[in-house]
Amino acid sequence: MSSAVSSLQRAAEAGHRPLATRDAAWVRYTLTAIALGFLALFLLLPLVAVFGEAFRRGVGAYFAALSDPDGMHALKLTLLTAAIAVPANLVFGIAAAWCIAKFNFPGKSLLITLIDLPFAVSPVISGLIFVLLFGAQGWLGHYLDAENPALPWLQAWIIEQDFKIIFAVPGIVLATVFVTFPFIARELIPLMQTQGNDEEYAAITLGASGWQTFWRVTLPNIKWGLFYGVILCNARAMGEFGAVSVVSGHIRGVTNTLPLHVEILYNEYQFVGAFAAASILALLALVTLVLKTLVEWAHARRHA
Amino acid sequence: MSIIARNITKTFGAYTALNDVSLDVPAGKLVALLGPSGSGKTTLLRIIAGLEFADAQSGRIDFHGTDVTDFPAGKRGVGFVFQHYALFRHMTVAQNIAFGLTVQPRRLRQTKEAIAARVQELLKLIQLPELGNRYPSQLSGGQRQRVALARALAVQPKVLLLDEPFGALDAQVRKDLRRWLRHFQREIGVTTIFVTHDQEEALELADEVVVMNNAKIEQVGTPQEVYDRPASPFVIEFLGNVNRFAGLGHRLPGAGQDVLYVRPHDVDILREYHGKHAIRVQVQHVFSAGNYGRIALVRADTGDTIDAELSRVRLAELNLVAGDEAFVVFRHIRLFPAGAFSERDVATDDTSPAVVDAGRDI
Repeated sequence: MSSAVSSLQRAAEAGHRPLATRDAAWVRYTLTAIALGFLALFLLLPLVAVFGEAFRRGVGAYFAALSDPDGMHALKLTLLTAAIAVPANLVFGIAAAWCIAKFNFPGKSLLITLIDLPFAVSPVISGLIFVLLFGAQGWLGHYLDAENPALPWLQAWIIEQDFKIIFAVPGIVLATVFVTFPFIARELIPLMQTQGNDEEYAAITLGASGWQTFWRVTLPNIKWGLFYGVILCNARAMGEFGAVSVVSGHIRGVTNTLPLHVEILYNEYQFVGAFAAASILALLALVTLVLKTLVEWAHARRHA
Repeated sequence: MSIIARNITKTFGAYTALNDVSLDVPAGKLVALLGPSGSGKTTLLRIIAGLEFADAQSGRIDFHGTDVTDFPAGKRGVGFVFQHYALFRHMTVAQNIAFGLTVQPRRLRQTKEAIAARVQELLKLIQLPELGNRYPSQLSGGQRQRVALARALAVQPKVLLLDEPFGALDAQVRKDLRRWLRHFQREIGVTTIFVTHDQEEALELADEVVVMNNAKIEQVGTPQEVYDRPASPFVIEFLGNVNRFAGLGHRLPGAGQDVLYVRPHDVDILREYHGKHAIRVQVQHVFSAGNYGRIALVRADTGDTIDAELSRVRLAELNLVAGDEAFVVFRHIRLFPAGAFSERDVATDDTSPAVVDAGRDI
């Protein structure tokens, strides 16, 4: 009897017994094959192609293309843009999520809609909005460039500093901040809403000030979600093309980011250079994905 | 530290959570705010804590003669235990308990060693001396509850406020913890208010029970007072099972449309017709498992159901089975005039209940 039971158990462990939750073998293998085939075709193959094209003329050509001064400048500008946009959105995102998750106020749903706006609007349109606002003929640019400016001292200062927004770095940063705004806020809002306010209330009844409550209770509770949001925001900040393309003006060595640089090289039939630059972007994306996986793994381990 | 709340009104939009409520809590007492959900008990507790504020121009809160109406929660010196404990999930038990001590302004803050010693002392007090390094997620419900209590007590509050302290615990833990809290509160003597919707808990634990309904206080009294002399139909219906009759008028002169209440344990069952107050009934069900026997009866004349509770000895004597005919007499009846039932009315003088002893000739 006992041997019969144990053999049944072994059969079950080995997967020989038909289970209610298990489909036939051919179904399982077909579905798995379809999923893997799709992944290979649409994700893996392009990635391989990028590196394949980049190294087509050999390693020497690859590094020569990378050391091109315009390319180096584009990389630096991309990193600079991300280095400004991500911290800015970190602050804005936490502030917006805090307001929305912890308080009730009139216009809250309008604010949520506004946060989603950059996702809903085409990035090219986002770029155009900034040209419209800050360009020489734009609403705000017009005030600064006009014969009779509203704020003469500001106009004088801006001319003196030769400060430009559109077709310059500030415009690229602004457009990137705009496009990547929702990532952190969207990540934090549902998290903070599920956590509720009780821990904050508890901290306050124990005599903690607002800052102490934020640094010691709120922030530690959202740190994993926040980190995840930062990673996604960073990935988009480095990869953004449409909005940046409109405001940048494609001035080589001045206002070209990596994605724009890739496009220019490609249009000039410099395939090795284009794919070498693309491979850098792909590497940045891979690093981001590895970081994201590490975050998820660490998070899961803590909550196991 | 006595607590006085005067004329507190609180509205959320069109909804009135508290309607001109006043409450006195004498120093050192353990007081229960008892009521169904939506009665305003939690809102009152949060207003006393300073987590909510009463409507502008309404009311006043005094702690030991000091007006604290406009004090924020952190300045009131209250310890608050939340319904789901609200322990800081990223801190250990010891860090949780120490929190209130470590956020004090630098000039008032104790040394690290003094704080650690105080935490150890509190861990011993809540009988969890070994668990200082655990995280809240590694504790059982009852342990979390006690940690939340220790955290609230660490800053030596003048007032302890507990929101549904046993609501999330299973029956056995709840019972043990109730007894422990009762003992504990007596020992440290801190004025304590707790919110509950469980009448048994309120009656067993509190020095004084505040029964709330519909944004108002229905009755304040010792557990015995509110149970034996309920001030309104709501109170008698909320505090335990009760039989409610609109009939019996023909037997009680002048009773008219009044409503009569009889507790199941005040119902006695007889096999034989015995005196003119006995009512003919038919036995519907007999439940004999438990500390006492419960019998469901149907009145022969009106068809009303009557629930009775008898000791198991008495039940065995009667040897009732479903379908039997029997007679019941009521040892104790409470009567409320029909007027006492208007929806939001608290019982006033002219609706004060009459006590009718069924044994006496009426």
